[in-house]
Amino acid sequence: MHIFANPARFLTIARPLTPWLGWIGALLIVAGSIGGLFITPPDYLQGDSVRILYIHVPAAWLGMAGWSGIAAASLMQLVWRHPLASVAARAMALPGGLFTAICLASGSIWGRPTWGTWWEWDGRLTSMLILLFLYIGYGALTSATSGRQSGDRIAAIYGIVGAVNLPIIHYSVLWWNTLHQGQSIGLTSSKIAPSMLWPLPLTMLGFTLLFVAIVLMRMRAALAEGKVEARLRRLANA
Amino acid sequence: MNHWPFVIAAYGITLIGAAAVTVQSLLRMRAAERRADALKDRK
Repeated sequence: MHIFANPARFLTIARPLTPWLGWIGALLIVAGSIGGLFITPPDYLQGDSVRILYIHVPAAWLGMAGWSGIAAASLMQLVWRHPLASVAARAMALPGGLFTAICLASGSIWGRPTWGTWWEWDGRLTSMLILLFLYIGYGALTSATSGRQSGDRIAAIYGIVGAVNLPIIHYSVLWWNTLHQGQSIGLTSSKIAPSMLWPLPLTMLGFTLLFVAIVLMRMRAALAEGKVEARLRRLANA
Repeated sequence: MNHWPFVIAAYGITLIGAAAVTVQSLLRMRAAERRADALKDRK
């Protein structure tokens, strides 16, 4: 990670990488969505509503991965004073929050035909909602303290403390046995039939690549804005 | 119950949300990099 500590070196890698990640991600999302919507069979119990799986699971993964990234970057900022860490953490907040909101919205839409309700205060749904509130709080905190070093430290501490919610989300389906189903996909095994599972890795990878492209674009924007601000200050003082 | 309206709504929200944040990030990046380049040669 320290090789990216130099913003100039980071930019030489990020500039060519951004469009590739964005376009490959978009193509994979389209391929996975076509597969999930038109090629896979409907579920024998849930019918066609099961097709929401192919966007709901990547959104949930990115909501949690986004906060894991914020927590890791915040730790790097506090411990190693990595110059790009706070830029990276801030860049992950909006896409992470958006995918958390998409996860909640798509889950609610999926819940209506399968559970008969739009919302239930169950462990998984409630902990995901708390994650969305954490993102909103992080966004408010970083914009309120923008440009102040103490603000960066407070945001970093908030990012690390907020990570406490991540294991609660993960284990919520085991700790509280309510409406949300248990884990059906693991690293080595899956309870979903292969004929229905194959579009999921495509949308998972596609949305992940798109997420990374969005984060890189937001980091590049923040670095360029910082450069403009510094140059204008220098010109004003000259 | 016809499930397709629910499926279409979920995909619509996801694709519109993802496209909106991608376009917003792209425009912000392009504007900021253009401004930084324009100021580069000013003494």
